[in-house]
Amino acid sequence: MAIVSRGFRGRRTTDPRLPPGQYLERGFPVLSAGPTPRADLTTWTFSITAGGSTRASWTWAELQALPADDVVKDIHCVTKWTKLDSSWRGVSLDTLLDGVDISSAEQFALAHCDGGYTTNLPLADLRDGKAWIAYGYDGAPLRPEHGGPARLLVPHLYFWKSAKWVRSIELGTSETQGFWERLGYHAYGDPWKEQRYWGD
Amino acid sequence: MTEAADEVADLAPDDVPYSLPWRVATLVHRHRETATAVTLDLDVPGWRGAMAGQHVDVRLTAEDGYSAQRSYSLASPASMGMAAGDATSERIALTVQVVDDGEVSPYLTEDLELGDQVELRGPIGNWFVWHPADPRPVQLVAGGSGLVPLMSMVRTHAARGSSAPQRLLVSVRSPDDALYADELDRPSPAVEVTRVWTRSGPPGWTGRVGRVDAELLRAACFPPDVAPRVFVCGPTTFVEAVADALVDLGHDADLIRTERFGPTGV
Repeated sequence: MAIVSRGFRGRRTTDPRLPPGQYLERGFPVLSAGPTPRADLTTWTFSITAGGSTRASWTWAELQALPADDVVKDIHCVTKWTKLDSSWRGVSLDTLLDGVDISSAEQFALAHCDGGYTTNLPLADLRDGKAWIAYGYDGAPLRPEHGGPARLLVPHLYFWKSAKWVRSIELGTSETQGFWERLGYHAYGDPWKEQRYWGD
Repeated sequence: MTEAADEVADLAPDDVPYSLPWRVATLVHRHRETATAVTLDLDVPGWRGAMAGQHVDVRLTAEDGYSAQRSYSLASPASMGMAAGDATSERIALTVQVVDDGEVSPYLTEDLELGDQVELRGPIGNWFVWHPADPRPVQLVAGGSGLVPLMSMVRTHAARGSSAPQRLLVSVRSPDDALYADELDRPSPAVEVTRVWTRSGPPGWTGRVGRVDAELLRAACFPPDVAPRVFVCGPTTFVEAVADALVDLGHDADLIRTERFGPTGV
């Protein structure tokens, strides 16, 4: 039973698109663990790897040449803010994974980023129109502090899964915990189940 | 950073996953820090202890069941490893800065009375933490109320008698906005404090007034060649500028940990 706070009313901005424990945010707060990395687009690549070998890789120009989606999504940060209707441009992971040789046992993904950040998620959560490598935000190139030149966008999970400065996705046959997942945050991170921390 | 995460796990006793149930906290003392910030001392039966730099989630619930949650940094020193049930180990301090148009902070700073209860869970954030077993020099850089988790590190450093050299650079608008001013004006011999006034200094101040820049960081911080661990906390624009400048000065990005808050205006 919750403790009732005498006289507390709150803002009462309820919205069916707001997951439990979240509040509406109109700005776009920044959260990251260290300095913003500096990317060199002339040498930048995005790769899909497994077992220490590269299964597929794209240069910046090659990524830009792939068909891109413009998507409008609600994003939910584990620090409680939710931003509705954020506009992104990027390449669907379906497009990138299509044609990559993946065994049926390789069900787990670990995203690796500039700066050393990692995050894990089931491969299934990257498929079927649920995830993108995003390089545009609100009609402009994605800014570095928000993960530019490119970040993973997986809006159905808490936003730490949408790894900034993403450079590769490593496929594996077992789950390897990522950066925040090893530091107290939930392994899956479904905002609708409020899976914020270990044990949620 | 993955290697650094391993280093944290090595230093911290708390690398085994644990769950974070909501606990009932009772306000036992309040102290007004500035016109817009209050420190709340709370008793939290069952509190598991925290590392310096961590935060908690606070939940307020209205009579009809509507609830709102926000995160607040712990200002109290690390209590990890203290005997369970020890009075001090179950008492925490949060410093709450009122957010304009905020939903939870006005209630916590104005309405919550001694003896009142709130729910909280934590500690959270096992990355932006300083452990007293870490022998590296520690450079703390705070912007505004970003000082709160760094104050936990200063207090932990003093409480545990750490011999790691420690410096604190605080950027604050004016003396009226300065948190923990009395405590930092009589620092323990082991912490060197540099204040930067961004709008106005104390009466009679003839020194510099302005934002933290590269030159000031070079003058006030440990140099890169002693490889300090650096903690930067404050508004996003402050943290972005400071972290960028530190990397430009030659600091190892892997030794810089940041915590940011506030909108970017994007």
